[in-house]
Amino acid sequence: MIYLDNSATTPLHPEVKEAIINSLDLYGNPSSAHTSGRQMRAMIEHSRSEIASFLHCDPDEIIFTAGASEANNTVLKSAISCCAFCNDTRGHIITTNIEHPSVLNTLACLEQQNIQISRIKVKDNGIVDPADIEAAIRPDTMMISVMYVNNEIGTIQPVKAIAEIAKKHNIPMHTDAVQAIGKIPIDLQDLPVDFLSMSGHKIYAPKGIGVLYKRRTSKNICPLITGGHQEKSMRAGTENTLGIIALGEAIRQCRIEMDENKARISFLRERLEHGIMKNLDHVSINGDPKQRVYNISNMSFKNIEGESILLRLDMHGIAVSTGSACSTGSLEPSYVITALTKDPAIAHSSIRFSLGRETNETDIDQTVKAVVETVTFLRKMSPIV
Amino acid sequence: MDGTSWNYSDKVKEHFFHPKNILDIDEKEYNADGVGYVGSPACGDMMKIFIKVKDDRIAEMKWQTFGCASAIGSTSMLSVMVTRDGGMKLDDAWKITPEMIIDELGGLPANKIHCSVLGDKALRLAIKDYLIKTGQEQRIPHDDKSRIICECLNISEDDIRMEILEGVKDFKTLQERTKIGTVCGNCIDTAKTLVDFYVGKYYTDEVYKGKK
Repeated sequence: MIYLDNSATTPLHPEVKEAIINSLDLYGNPSSAHTSGRQMRAMIEHSRSEIASFLHCDPDEIIFTAGASEANNTVLKSAISCCAFCNDTRGHIITTNIEHPSVLNTLACLEQQNIQISRIKVKDNGIVDPADIEAAIRPDTMMISVMYVNNEIGTIQPVKAIAEIAKKHNIPMHTDAVQAIGKIPIDLQDLPVDFLSMSGHKIYAPKGIGVLYKRRTSKNICPLITGGHQEKSMRAGTENTLGIIALGEAIRQCRIEMDENKARISFLRERLEHGIMKNLDHVSINGDPKQRVYNISNMSFKNIEGESILLRLDMHGIAVSTGSACSTGSLEPSYVITALTKDPAIAHSSIRFSLGRETNETDIDQTVKAVVETVTFLRKMSPIV
Repeated sequence: MDGTSWNYSDKVKEHFFHPKNILDIDEKEYNADGVGYVGSPACGDMMKIFIKVKDDRIAEMKWQTFGCASAIGSTSMLSVMVTRDGGMKLDDAWKITPEMIIDELGGLPANKIHCSVLGDKALRLAIKDYLIKTGQEQRIPHDDKSRIICECLNISEDDIRMEILEGVKDFKTLQERTKIGTVCGNCIDTAKTLVDFYVGKYYTDEVYKGKK
């Protein structure tokens, strides 16, 4: 199989796999005071330090969660539960219209509880203008949440500029950095966000582990899961020890491979896009072609439908994803692509190729060939000319 | 994006990967006796059907689509259904329903049914086009078999049923799409009952297997 769906999830890094295998027999509860507990505590604290040093923050600022969706929920839902507690009357959150569903749907849920939400529209290139964010700020704005990198089109948001605006107005700032980790160097000493979410399974660790970074000086959060004192009482429940060990190793590998991956995968994506566009007309790139992460290419093949492309590529053993309505099980195509274009034929025909550390030149050349063949075949049967 | 979306039957896959009767020459060159065209790129589905008629039977049916696997599979199936055994009589072909096509395909995932309803519509338009071109307008069946639910806007039970097949699952969405019950409002209760009935009929199981 040629796996070009690394933005959906990634295979385990061999070193991560080894770290997990080597830890399978360690079952101590990190909260236990005896030797096996202390041994496990040391291992998860080692992971925490690894992650903290990668993000340039303090280990105390790292909270392990079951994933980025949980991290996003914790931060955003804290916005209101803590406000009720603090008797704070502010009730407005600013975000963009292309956030991940774990942000958008959580905010829709808060909206039901009378929090007002401003969803700032991105420009046609999939990037939000910080000035638009600033213009939406109100006296009662209690949070700004803008993703670092969009998961469908890979565009990089001006998170630093937005965070500086948030800081100037004394508003807590959250960023969902799931797709940025390992691709863009993140230095939390230089990036004044209060909260940051990340996930393990997009960076070659297993599913079910993630991190919520909470700056020490930022407002308190209300835990989503209450119970024991784990994670400084900010996330109760016995730690996912294997997941945490795996994530620490995955981050260590990110640090080692980041530069090399960037050079190699950027070249492969260029080869993919060039190969496809040289051989096919009416192909467009969704999202800003420059200001995007190097591993994602979201293309629209005008006049044919995404799911048909996806399934025919699947027949060739190539795994991609699409924003077409038919793949989402709804009547509407991807809200991200729809945010960029008014032409529904483009939205329904989008395919996301997301490359990873295992992608090689042969994969790309075979993919180009299969895409050209598939698109030519499907266009021949399309009534739109 | 639930996993069931990809649970296509072998027959759907066969028709999707190797579609039958695609119009692969120029439309003018093909010179069809009747042409029907439905859908729009906005809905993500378009269908164009071309028929040739001989002795009041469908001798050939060719088609083109901008659609997903389910649309391609069901239209390919339809083209086989109406042309096999010497071709289907026009009167019979007019009566083909999405359920009949889904039956032949061995079922479709429930959330893909709305993708399969364009083929029979386009076929009826092609037959209509043929009947008009050949001066047989009087043979065009009147769509009065279905009772009118919304008198003000002339919306029939069959119209409601088709909306449900196309993916509508509640009254509010039905109203947004058809404006049903927005004038006098007398039909709202009946329409709500029908929505519940057809949603129950088509979407209760994950996979609608057709009427067996």
